Amino acid sequence: MVDVTFERYLTGGIRLAANKTASTEEPILRGFIPPLLVIGLHQHGGTSAVPIVAVGQKVAKGEPIALPGAPPSTGVHASSSGRVRAIEERLIPTGTKLRASLCIVIETDGEDRRFEGGSDEPWPESREVRIERVRLAGIAGLGGAAFPTATKLEAVAGTCKVLIVNGAECEPYISCDDMLMREAPAEIVAGVIRMADLVAAPRVIIAIERDKPRALEAMRKAVTAAGDPRLAICEIPTVYPAGGERQLIELLTGEEVPSGAYPSSIGYVCQNVGTAYAIERLAARGEPLTSRIVTVTGGGVARPRNVEVPIGTPIHYLIEQCGGYRRNVVRLIHGGSMMGYALPADDLPTTKATSCIIAAAEGEVRESFEEWACIRCGECASVCPARLQPQELLTAAAARDFDDLEALGLDDCIECGCCDVVCPSHIVLTERFRGAKRAFAEHARRLALSAEAEERHKRRERRLKQIEEDRRAAQEALKAKLRADEEARRRAVAAAVERARQRKRRDAEP
Amino acid sequence: MNEPEPRPSTAPRRFETAAPPHAIPTRSVPAIMRRVLYALIPAAAAYTWFFGIGLVINFAIAAPAALATEAAILSLRRRPVRRALRDGSALVTAALLAFALPPLLPWWIPALGGFVAIAAKQLYGGLGKNPFNPAMVAYALLLLSFPIHMTQWLPPRMGDIDYTPLTAIEQVRYSLFDELPPKRTVDAYTRATPLDAVKEGLREQRSFQEMSATSLIGTFGGLGWEWVSSFVAFGGLYLLYAGIIRWQIPVATLAGIAVPAMLLHMVDPERFASAAFHLFSGAAMLGAFFIATDPVSASTTDRGRLIFGAGVGLLTYAIRTWGGYPDGVAFAVLLMNAAVPLIDRFTRPRIHGHAER
Repeated sequence: MVDVTFERYLTGGIRLAANKTASTEEPILRGFIPPLLVIGLHQHGGTSAVPIVAVGQKVAKGEPIALPGAPPSTGVHASSSGRVRAIEERLIPTGTKLRASLCIVIETDGEDRRFEGGSDEPWPESREVRIERVRLAGIAGLGGAAFPTATKLEAVAGTCKVLIVNGAECEPYISCDDMLMREAPAEIVAGVIRMADLVAAPRVIIAIERDKPRALEAMRKAVTAAGDPRLAICEIPTVYPAGGERQLIELLTGEEVPSGAYPSSIGYVCQNVGTAYAIERLAARGEPLTSRIVTVTGGGVARPRNVEVPIGTPIHYLIEQCGGYRRNVVRLIHGGSMMGYALPADDLPTTKATSCIIAAAEGEVRESFEEWACIRCGECASVCPARLQPQELLTAAAARDFDDLEALGLDDCIECGCCDVVCPSHIVLTERFRGAKRAFAEHARRLALSAEAEERHKRRERRLKQIEEDRRAAQEALKAKLRADEEARRRAVAAAVERARQRKRRDAEP
Repeated sequence: MNEPEPRPSTAPRRFETAAPPHAIPTRSVPAIMRRVLYALIPAAAAYTWFFGIGLVINFAIAAPAALATEAAILSLRRRPVRRALRDGSALVTAALLAFALPPLLPWWIPALGGFVAIAAKQLYGGLGKNPFNPAMVAYALLLLSFPIHMTQWLPPRMGDIDYTPLTAIEQVRYSLFDELPPKRTVDAYTRATPLDAVKEGLREQRSFQEMSATSLIGTFGGLGWEWVSSFVAFGGLYLLYAGIIRWQIPVATLAGIAVPAMLLHMVDPERFASAAFHLFSGAAMLGAFFIATDPVSASTTDRGRLIFGAGVGLLTYAIRTWGGYPDGVAFAVLLMNAAVPLIDRFTRPRIHGHAER
């Protein structure tokens, strides 16, 4: 086994209080079945899955309830056995925002009866069929975006230089990957090897942050036991956002993913350790993705811990499993404290993107949003992992100067939130940049619309001109014809006159 | 066709939302300003020890003038006054101005300075918007307007035995009522600064070594000034340690002064003062650690800060050596302030994932 410790640091990034101890003291709670499941069919940035069940239908755990739509998409399965109560549109949390999605609501029967109609051969020979199996099994990126794994694997199959397995888990509070690596390292490594085979990756790097010594030890043992020469473990420095896809690739390889492109364009693919675990469960046991590990933590929950949660569990049931709220809870966050977003209510369901639920207590999160003027200290620029100049972006955003925003690389902002944390003026930078991105998209849309309108106008002008020309040509042709006819008539008259004259002359002749 | 769902054991709970990140900011403007003031305390003590209570008087006058001006202009601009006053930036400006001013002045000069400094900031839109360092604008304006008063420097309280320094009370009386001890004029107390004296001496063809032996010059810099400068540098190192300033500007500024000084002193030690003399006399240390590092009016990129600092240093050296003023930090800083937008524009780092432009 190759075992490397990285001392190199990212450009930018910050060290943050990890807040991970509270949720890692107990083992993962398994076997929890909520009375109700609300399973979203559109949990990621791709297209929605298409439901194949009817209200009132009985479903078993792992039974497909929706088939993948047009790629990128994944199948969706019942997370436990029960009866379909409703199929309706509801709000569900995705990686970056709440979204209205068609949901299948299942009232569980507590039996957790497994679906028997699955394929006999969970892991077929052909690569294409395997990838199709991954798609049907609903496997999605469990790092937090829930992007369809099959699409990601297809993009690099055969051209992959390095498969990067992301166990960095750099964001504060989240410990689901840490706990999974401690408890199921062998399955993760087996899943990693399956993925490496799938994309024909000659090398695999499993990257884990230094602040997870127990996960590192367990994974080192499992990699040694697997004895696959392609695998390497990399201990990386604890710095946020080292686990961001682009940052992790830069940290491990020194290469940068070109702006606007995917890692696959330079031969890399990043997969989360949880995704590797899901692949192994599919390949070895034929289980589709019906649950994930969720960290439930924060000062506002009585018993912080990690829970294996059936996908679609409403969050209040999950909080109940962890002892309920404490009195001082002020905010409910989906994801970590840096990129996670605040939820308006706790009856929202979990999705494949739910890595962490923070019930934040008073004083634990930012509650005051008073700002001072920017003093151009440049701290934001020095921590920006994308090497942007947030203080200049701020000015350009306020002025809605879209040319400047583009030149300053607004699109390259990964919204990690480092700048907000170090800003001494407490300026809400990241949210302004999100707003500027929306305004920019709107601006671009308008530009496109006006360009289209201009094109349409030009086409109309051309058309009118053409009609006018045609009309004129027809007129000219008509005139020419009339002239010709006139000429012909005149000639005919002249000829007739001539003939008459000749006849007269002839008649006059004796 | 959809059936009603079973009620959970507790009603769904609603929460206030807020945009990410949720982590609490780690720094604040008032804390930064407070630390800059703390960092000036050792230098202020040394200054008072060597040159009397003038610095304290100047600060005691400039600070209320600056705060009053800030409050007045902010209320004219209909902006929140109390929060802006609490940010501490006006006090830092007043403190830096007090360090720049000569210690023996009538009260209205620091008062006017405090007013001009804040006006020079607020006229551009307040904290963060001013292209020029407020304290240096005020200093430059006062120097150009009142050249006699602005060159009334005192000698350090050491060396010259015939010299009877003004007591603290006499300094206050001069500042407030323009009164001196009977039958004495200001000239009886003021002396040229070491920078000024050395410059004059060099112009009169005296050699630097010869002047080094006089009581003008201490162990390595101007007499007394070398200690004040050392304490200023000590405060500056604290700012570096506390992460309030970054190394680029002070290092580049000091190098900008020291490198040409060293080269020319090596070439002709008679006609050019040593690098140590330049670094430890006048406002070199104050400029490098506290003035050129004003984030608002300095460059914000790492490379830009090196260029900006080097420019301040080189211009300071040039003005001191060939210009019409004994010290040149204020003018050097103001000139480089004007170049900041250009420097920033051309030193933006390459964005992640983009080709070199």
